[in-house]
Amino acid sequence: MTTVDLAQTQAWLADFAAAIHENAALLTDLDRQIGDADHGSNMDRGLTAVAALNADDFADTAAYLKKVGMTLVSTVGGASGPLYGTFFLRFAGALPAAADAAGLGAALRAGVEGVAARGRAEEGDKTMLDALAPALRAYDEAVGEGVRPALEAAAAAAATGRDATVPLVARKGRASYLGERSAGHQDPGATSATLLLESAARNLG
Amino acid sequence: MGLVKKLINDASDVVADALRGIEAAHADRLRIDHDHQVILRADAPRAGKVGIVSGGGSGHEPLHGGFVGRGMLDAACCGQVFTSPVPDQVMAATTAVDAGAGVLHLVKNYTGDVMNFEMAAELAAAEGVQVEAVVIDDDVAVTDSLYTAGRRGVGLTVLMEKIVGAAAEEGLDLAGLASLARRVNASGRSMGVALTSCTVPHVGRPTFDLGEDELEIGIGIHGEPGRERRPMASAREVAAMLVEPVLADRDFTGAPAIVMLNGMGATPLLELYLMYGEVATLLREAGVEIARNLVGNYITSLDMAGCSLTVLGADDDMLRLWDAPVDTPALRWGL
Repeated sequence: MTTVDLAQTQAWLADFAAAIHENAALLTDLDRQIGDADHGSNMDRGLTAVAALNADDFADTAAYLKKVGMTLVSTVGGASGPLYGTFFLRFAGALPAAADAAGLGAALRAGVEGVAARGRAEEGDKTMLDALAPALRAYDEAVGEGVRPALEAAAAAAATGRDATVPLVARKGRASYLGERSAGHQDPGATSATLLLESAARNLG
Repeated sequence: MGLVKKLINDASDVVADALRGIEAAHADRLRIDHDHQVILRADAPRAGKVGIVSGGGSGHEPLHGGFVGRGMLDAACCGQVFTSPVPDQVMAATTAVDAGAGVLHLVKNYTGDVMNFEMAAELAAAEGVQVEAVVIDDDVAVTDSLYTAGRRGVGLTVLMEKIVGAAAEEGLDLAGLASLARRVNASGRSMGVALTSCTVPHVGRPTFDLGEDELEIGIGIHGEPGRERRPMASAREVAAMLVEPVLADRDFTGAPAIVMLNGMGATPLLELYLMYGEVATLLREAGVEIARNLVGNYITSLDMAGCSLTVLGADDDMLRLWDAPVDTPALRWGL
């Protein structure tokens, strides 16, 4: 059975950091249309700090991911800092040692529920949850196939959820102040959350 | 759209560089924690006094750092431009000003600010610091608060920090201060208008596009677009666009009011006074008794042109606290 280890986890975060850096201008531009034009630069700053962490300094995967969460909380700012920070803190708290597909699913569930609680948001509000919630459902459906196929299904569902944010009217976050005018734009948070799951599907399992 | 000229060195150092300037200008009364980007009263913590902490993204100067000092804030946390401060910063400010009487967080209702202050309050509580938080949400431009993140915290923040800061200076306890802050929040309303967008330094171009002949009504303070776009109009007509929604939302007649006509950063005082004259006339015609006023740039949105109106229905207690001595870089009277 494939399990998730510390080296893979660090590769996931390094890959996510690279994806954020590569897409920083796109994320900021999406945020410029319905927010305040800082999502790309804020996430890039935070993930650069995460990429600088040395996995050898940590006893296990959960300890490393806890530090990832605290680092994001401390460096990203805005709403994304507490949201991504809470995702990794809760994810780390629920991750069993040598996690198999089911264990990783439990961690993913804890992370997604943490985001919903911290942001007091639900699916359909035009937030990162619109990528994360369908991803979690897809993961659970494919969990019997193993870590990699389940994550690939999750990443595909996240991308579909991200695309589906375009026509939505935002009900949470700064975009909500635009009312109807927030429709017609892709949500920046759902976009970065999709990158997170795509990186996971390339590196875990 | 071309790049906008800015007096900066490096876009990523704007806040750190500005804090060095604030220190150079006000070292007699302020202390800067450069590691956490927190502006502190030089004499904090004050024995027996509740610490008043606020903060938010930078770019709204003089809010919040310009209001640190005797009779107002004990500390202000400076986030990156238009980005909430992180919990570490709020924690550093909270523990630095706590003298055992607890700390009150005054938080503008923006998703990021609320979440970061909330995480900091959880951390502070774990370290034994008593923290209360009051969220300010005075922006009447947000009408359907059920389907949004709620009304934004805007101009009323300035009046809140003055009144609650004065009460803390007098020795009111944490529960009393939180209750006063909630009373102020319930009694104040604001509405803003932009003639131009604004330019975040590390972005280098305006946050939204607004035509030469257009107004953005119902803006917040982060260069986010408002609810509605209208054709450019006269000052008298714009004054009505600000006054009407404020008065429609709360009855301000029959009690004294504190009125602030605030500039968004790039509108000359000449125009702000002209606008105050128009607004004051409309308010008086509607039966509002203006007891105190404040005209100028107090809560800005970088280089945005435009203004906002804040009206606070004030009781005798609030008026007395408004008149109490204040000694900060941006507000100073009664000394």
